[in-house]
Amino acid sequence: MSEERRRAFISGNEATAEGGIAGGCRHFFGYPITPQNKIPEYMSEHLPLIGGVYLQAESEVAAINMVYGASAAGARVMTTSSSPGIALMQEGLSYMLGAELPAVLVNMVRGGPGLGNIAVAQSDYWLATRGAGHGDGRCITLTPYSVQELHDFTARAFEIADRYQNITMVLADAILASMMEPCELIPRREMDPPDRPYAVGPHDSAERERNIVNSLWVDFDVMEAVNLRNEERYARAAAEITDWDEFGSDDPQILLCAYGISARICESAVMRAEEAGVRMRLLRPKTVFPFPTQPIREWAERVDAVLVVELSMGQFVEDVRLAVEGRCPVDLLGRAGGNMPSVTDVVNRVREVATKAGVSVG
Amino acid sequence: MIAMPKVIIDAERCKSCLLCVEFCPRGVLEVSEETNERGFHPVVMGDEERCTGCGICALMCPSVCIEVHR
Amino acid sequence: MTEAATLINPYPEALTDVEMRYCPGCTHGTAHRLVAEVIDELGVKDRTIAVATVGCSVYAYEYFNTDAVQAAHGRGPAVATGIKRVHPDSVVFTYQGDGDLASIGMGEVVHAAARGENFTIIFINNAVFGMTQGQMAPTTLVGQKTTTSPRGRTTAEAGWPIRVCELLNTLEGPGFIAREALTTPPRIRSAKKSIRRAFETQLAGEGFALVELLSTCSAWWGMTPVEAVYHIEDVMIEHYPLQTFRDRLAEAGRSEGDGNA
Repeated sequence: MSEERRRAFISGNEATAEGGIAGGCRHFFGYPITPQNKIPEYMSEHLPLIGGVYLQAESEVAAINMVYGASAAGARVMTTSSSPGIALMQEGLSYMLGAELPAVLVNMVRGGPGLGNIAVAQSDYWLATRGAGHGDGRCITLTPYSVQELHDFTARAFEIADRYQNITMVLADAILASMMEPCELIPRREMDPPDRPYAVGPHDSAERERNIVNSLWVDFDVMEAVNLRNEERYARAAAEITDWDEFGSDDPQILLCAYGISARICESAVMRAEEAGVRMRLLRPKTVFPFPTQPIREWAERVDAVLVVELSMGQFVEDVRLAVEGRCPVDLLGRAGGNMPSVTDVVNRVREVATKAGVSVG
Repeated sequence: MIAMPKVIIDAERCKSCLLCVEFCPRGVLEVSEETNERGFHPVVMGDEERCTGCGICALMCPSVCIEVHR
Repeated sequence: MTEAATLINPYPEALTDVEMRYCPGCTHGTAHRLVAEVIDELGVKDRTIAVATVGCSVYAYEYFNTDAVQAAHGRGPAVATGIKRVHPDSVVFTYQGDGDLASIGMGEVVHAAARGENFTIIFINNAVFGMTQGQMAPTTLVGQKTTTSPRGRTTAEAGWPIRVCELLNTLEGPGFIAREALTTPPRIRSAKKSIRRAFETQLAGEGFALVELLSTCSAWWGMTPVEAVYHIEDVMIEHYPLQTFRDRLAEAGRSEGDGNA
């Protein structure tokens, strides 16, 4: 980490907001929803002081469309919400993918379906990774597991969004949003406007053609070309920014796969490998779209089984299975509704999975 | 001498809605027997002598296909 | 000696040369021309951003010769808010029909008006969903037959039509609200004055400005274009009175022409 960073003890929400500002965000449009309200509160306090714009929209539907307008006008722009609010934003997200516009979106996932509750959950994995609204487009999705990563990933999301001209989502949860940890803050700085030759705004018509930001393509080939460009971006992102972390035995019998808050529990479980009598390794995606398919596939060749731990009834596990492609058994420890497995629960399940796979458990 | 007013209707863009014909205060516009590329019978100038070049035809025209010179 | 005749109505620079794909007699074309003439007269073409919405005017971005953004159905005011908050020095207008603005987009327009967002809305009210083939709109008159009120709109089933100007006029945010009709020559001249005023209000920073234009839809009203014009005159205006509801520039004692670029 750079020496210029200032150390703070702050909540995930505040770290996210400050990460946005460090990433160049000067326009924020949002609508209150628990458990991420500290983000708009922070933005309303700080953005006007640095020449930025904070605006409370009348709904998440309006918020994402304000984001669409601001992005089209060339701004680094961000909105944050939680599960039901993200569901409402799907229309606007699809339009932005169709218009090939960058923006940053944070989802502090809470329990569902329905009004659900405001407790921790990871049940928006499909919502995040399986497209955004109708059509083929997808959100680039980053999965932090600490307050520090919330800060760093949110800042970096702005660069990623512009690099791929695509919405970039930071997918976290109610615990990460609320918990407090030490965090090294990226210093704020003035940034040049992003390079968006397609953006609308006052101009000299002698110097450029008029710009049109649009997602209506009646011509089949033109519409397909938008999709092909997006696919090309996703392929490029897969090669350039796929990111994950690994921890534990270099010769594991069981590979644990988990992201975000679940990975914190799994880290503790891996530390108890000796007691469990099973050699374990944790693979923790830091991006889930693009997905770290290759490293998971490589480990699947070498381990006896994979155990996925997630706070949903089985969404992330589908991508793991697609990566493993039958190379070894894949089991799921899923909890929902705000409940979480304890470290002991994970260790016990690892022993069961290992036994089932024929590992001689110590 | 004052120039003769002149109304030029783009026959290919005219959709023959007849709003210009209806509101022409001198009743000088007519519907052509000919059809344009789209199959409309475009409006044409009938009695040019009586046209004052007031511009109401162009004001009414939703197709923006009438030029008025005077 | 004969003077050379001069062209009195040059084709607006703020309109492209693309032929407008509207039905014969559809007053969308008239509205487009008036807006473009006003943009030209105010000399703001290069800083104008049009927000096209969803309905028959979905291709408005092909016709207005300015920067443009295409918005989702009803979301024009939210998109315009985002643009204007990034470029306060731009001239932003949305172009919305009655389904877009008064049905699916009612939330967005009311809140943009309440905030006094400094942009202009051109609101086309033809009392019907045109693009989707003539269904009932929130502004459809009681008794009016549409493809989803085949026996005529009844209040028992579908309630009453919404008067958008009157509704927005309850708010403090708007700087200009007027209703005009694209029917006869004097009415069209008056409509242009209000459109100009709505842009001048924005240029003067006096907030949200909306012009409602009663417009024809001869195709889905089952009339000729000429009959449709008289239908507005004889039937529609009675329910939607033509009026300037709010003119903050006038209240501030500023005459026409103030607020020019």
